[in-house]
Amino acid sequence: MSSLAVETESLRKEFGPNVAVADLSLSIERGEVFGFLGPNGAGKTTSLKLLLGLIEPTSGRGTVLGAPIGDRATRAGIGFLPEHFRFHDCLTGRELLRLHGRLYGLRGAGLERRIEDLMARMSLVEAMDRPLRTYSKGMMQRAGLAQALIAAPALVLLDEPTSGLDPLGRVLVRELIEELRSGGTTVFLNSHLLSEVEATCDRVVFVKRGRVVHELSLGQAPESIDVLVRVGAIESTVVEGLGAIGENLKIDGDRIELTIGHRETLPEIARWLVGRGVAVYEIRSRSKTLEEWFLEVMGDDQTPG
Amino acid sequence: MLAAVLCGLLFLLVYGIALFFIQRNLDSEPIVNLAQRRIQDEFFLLAGLYVGNFLTIALAVMLPVDTLSGEISSGIMQTLASKPIARAAIVLGKWLTYWLMTAAYLVFMGGGIVLLMQVLMGFEQSHVGIAFALMLLGATVLLTVSTAGGTRLSTITNGLVAFAFYGVAFIGGWIEQIGTLVRNPAARYIGTAISLVSPVDAMWRRAAYELQPPLMRDLQVTPFSAASVPSAAMIVWTLGFVVAALGLALYWFRRRAL
Repeated sequence: MSSLAVETESLRKEFGPNVAVADLSLSIERGEVFGFLGPNGAGKTTSLKLLLGLIEPTSGRGTVLGAPIGDRATRAGIGFLPEHFRFHDCLTGRELLRLHGRLYGLRGAGLERRIEDLMARMSLVEAMDRPLRTYSKGMMQRAGLAQALIAAPALVLLDEPTSGLDPLGRVLVRELIEELRSGGTTVFLNSHLLSEVEATCDRVVFVKRGRVVHELSLGQAPESIDVLVRVGAIESTVVEGLGAIGENLKIDGDRIELTIGHRETLPEIARWLVGRGVAVYEIRSRSKTLEEWFLEVMGDDQTPG
Repeated sequence: MLAAVLCGLLFLLVYGIALFFIQRNLDSEPIVNLAQRRIQDEFFLLAGLYVGNFLTIALAVMLPVDTLSGEISSGIMQTLASKPIARAAIVLGKWLTYWLMTAAYLVFMGGGIVLLMQVLMGFEQSHVGIAFALMLLGATVLLTVSTAGGTRLSTITNGLVAFAFYGVAFIGGWIEQIGTLVRNPAARYIGTAISLVSPVDAMWRRAAYELQPPLMRDLQVTPFSAASVPSAAMIVWTLGFVVAALGLALYWFRRRAL
């Protein structure tokens, strides 16, 4: 069995003259919580549809759970929540899950137990025998999440899962993703809510115009740390010394800004300054937020979608 | 479906009331000869079945018109097609369900009309089975065209195309009838060619032919009589048409980006 849940190589999708996905090459480990970030129109939803076999790629290849993309039997191990989850609103929540469970080939008492468990997990027990048309947007979204998880899939693809959810609903989704991670389920998360992604994902990639432009590990130590140093007097020896320790050195009044690679460099800076008798008033470190990474990676040529 | 059943019930009510008063009027008049009475009864039956056939055809168009296109545009289809089932199963499942509903509706409408004729007019028709089968085949053509259209077209466009398809068949049928009556081979061939493209009306004309006694067929005394009777080959062609249209629906849906 391949250790990769998803692997794609140069996937491309054109709709007539428009290129929705230019070159998608991804590797997602089994059990990983993976974030897929990009501005509107970057090809994120199209990429998800390619992985699900809902649309055929123009070129390129890929595997999902070790089988070629679109393999019908493999879809039994995939759960999917589309961005705008809709269903026949005459069905009750229970009937919705029963239908989806049957489409996965589930039957009988096992399916009914799974429905009860999921509805309880989604705080929908009291509403489960009501028609979906009476559900609020948040309830509908939670019912959609339940249908994505009905078959206890090995891979869950979530397209904007917190869309329409209030803060309590968002916490529920975050906890749910944590539970899935603990259970070894791979989660592919497509979301605009960067704080959610930052809180839940192990790794993210940034896509721009249908191409992966940057990759970032969130679970590990940050790749770089911005440091602010405030000292009594900025002499040339201080500038030269700090320039040798860090990078991108900038001076603004009594403040010196620089970037370092490791957290362990911080006490080294303090020792070096104190050792040379420099009056140190402040040393502050800060890692880039995901939003700052997003804005930096996307550049100035992006307009709000 | 409920609306279609209610409309059907309303029609049966109106039809039954009309038959009741016609029968009462006939009872008060001097006895007409049996052949004349038979022609009258056939006319009333064909008139009723003509409406029943039209309502069934309308249902056959409307039932599947939104089922694929609507679910594709709303995103419902994404959650269905991402499950471990073949896309063909989605199309065939929907088609079969709607076909059974259409067949049930035809039996309800046609059966109601035949029953009213039997109870109120004392008229029994022995060729109802073959006529209903032909009417169902005609409705199946439109059901399949509407299903196939739903894989490619928006709901409104699909509805327009399916009804236009029936309109073409209707006009083609009349051109063929008129061509036969005025002995104009060109018009007749054009009508036949149109029936090959859209064989819906041809099935009704063959059903009407099957329901009429030989005398009435020859006299062509009602607007529902078939001057030009579609052949058995046309029935086979129509069956083939349904199979081909269903195959096209499966192919289009398999290729469709969802």
